[in-house]
Amino acid sequence: MASMVISFTSFNMLEAPSFVGFRNYINLIVNDDIFLIAVKNTLFFALITGPISYLMCFVFSWLINELTPKVRAIMTLVFYAPSISGNAYLIWKLIFSSDMYGYANSWLLRLGFITEPILFFDNKDYVFPILILVQLWLSLGVSFLAFIAGLQNVDKTLYEAGSIDGIKNRWQELWYITLPSMRPQLLFGAVMQITASFSVSQLSIELAGFPSVEYSGHTILTHLHDYGFIRYEMGYASAIATILFFTMLFTNIIVQKALRRVGA
Amino acid sequence: MGDMSLTILLGLFGLFSVWPLIFIINNAFKPLNEIFIFPPRLFVMSPTLTNFQDLFIVIGNSWVPITRYIFNTFFITAVGTLGSVIIGSMAAFPLAKYVFPGSKTMSKLIVYSLMFNGTVTALPNYIIMSKLHMIDTYWALLLPSIGGTLGLFLMMNFMVQVPDALIEAAKIDGAKELTIFWRIMMPLSRSAWITLIILSFQSLWGTTGGGVIFTEKLKPVSYALSQIVNAGIARTGVASAVTLIMLVVPVVVFVISQSNVISTMATTGIKE
Repeated sequence: MASMVISFTSFNMLEAPSFVGFRNYINLIVNDDIFLIAVKNTLFFALITGPISYLMCFVFSWLINELTPKVRAIMTLVFYAPSISGNAYLIWKLIFSSDMYGYANSWLLRLGFITEPILFFDNKDYVFPILILVQLWLSLGVSFLAFIAGLQNVDKTLYEAGSIDGIKNRWQELWYITLPSMRPQLLFGAVMQITASFSVSQLSIELAGFPSVEYSGHTILTHLHDYGFIRYEMGYASAIATILFFTMLFTNIIVQKALRRVGA
Repeated sequence: MGDMSLTILLGLFGLFSVWPLIFIINNAFKPLNEIFIFPPRLFVMSPTLTNFQDLFIVIGNSWVPITRYIFNTFFITAVGTLGSVIIGSMAAFPLAKYVFPGSKTMSKLIVYSLMFNGTVTALPNYIIMSKLHMIDTYWALLLPSIGGTLGLFLMMNFMVQVPDALIEAAKIDGAKELTIFWRIMMPLSRSAWITLIILSFQSLWGTTGGGVIFTEKLKPVSYALSQIVNAGIARTGVASAVTLIMLVVPVVVFVISQSNVISTMATTGIKE
């Protein structure tokens, strides 16, 4: 909330904020080319990782649910571990290391696809796909657990009732019984995944560097990081935060509307 | 789609999920000559503890003693987690079980607040903390974490499930609100606050205090360790050892508490 108020001011932490109206927003959209790159990257990123990670969360929790409890517990840990591993995504930096000691490079060399190591993080064609890959690797988090829990709590008698009412196969069962029964978890998971896919910043900064090659890994949040914590232009940074917040809110409202129709 | 192909799919993605972790475990035990072997190998051939020993040497030479960093992390994690549980559950109880002016709006606000995470709020947090003159103190990390809404949201949803009849019965027996909260709600929502502890622990454990803590003596251990990791290629082995240590703790905590977490998540969700 405070952020929204400050976004209408020019504030550098030293002097008192002065009111500048919409100037921050106008500057952002009209004059800041890099912000537009950031917006494009963020939207593109969210459009890919959001739906895929959401589907991954669901499909894996659904598959895991059919296993015996012991195997299920192990598989849950296997899928959940990356998201709690803290800074362990730095491993990917070693895997995509740009010399021949990097794992990816060494395999490609040995298989004969390339003749010299690829500079993965110095080439804008590679940065973005790698960030997406790592983000997907990290994405089976709280919503994944929520889905597992939701699936376990579906009332089993509903399936019997369903088969009497003429449900023929597993897909119908999924659509008419399972999904509607776990709708609260589905909505919760959507909020968490949308938030995660829009707020990629640390990942990009650590892997691709800051600023990244030709701003290929630049997102709205790294832009915010730049103005907020490097240049201390709080008013401008708050305007960025406000835009991001409304983008997420808008996406959430649409997705929530869509999810309420599941199984209906 | 046979069951067989589903199992293979699950196995493949499971492998995708764990193999970087397997990689880090192996790397942590590799001697220097194996780390820089060409072609690189995934599995360690002659495991050693050199990396861990080197880590202790590096730590032993640091300007601020490592015990101080460890104390900071434990202090921040313990106080932050305890605070979240107390504040979270005390806020969740009235929101879940009573209707008062604005209670609906508040619940809605909590759902909306799930939509922005740490990095978005970092900026207003910084401004608020600096106005409160709390920058460069533990509070700058503690207050935002205690005020986090994910835990509150989970507690709230869990407490809604507690039957009203129990509260009515307690009231007839003459119990006051505080007694109901302490003797009925808290024991019944045990797995919810264990989940809250886990989530809070996980986020505080990894915090580096970046941006709000500047005094070296107040920085948490993950910051000290990230400095070691950033020291470059010569410390690749030590860096893996560090990552492994930072990784093991939250994983162990999760394994111990998995069933509680799942049963809390079952009540979680955005109701219509």
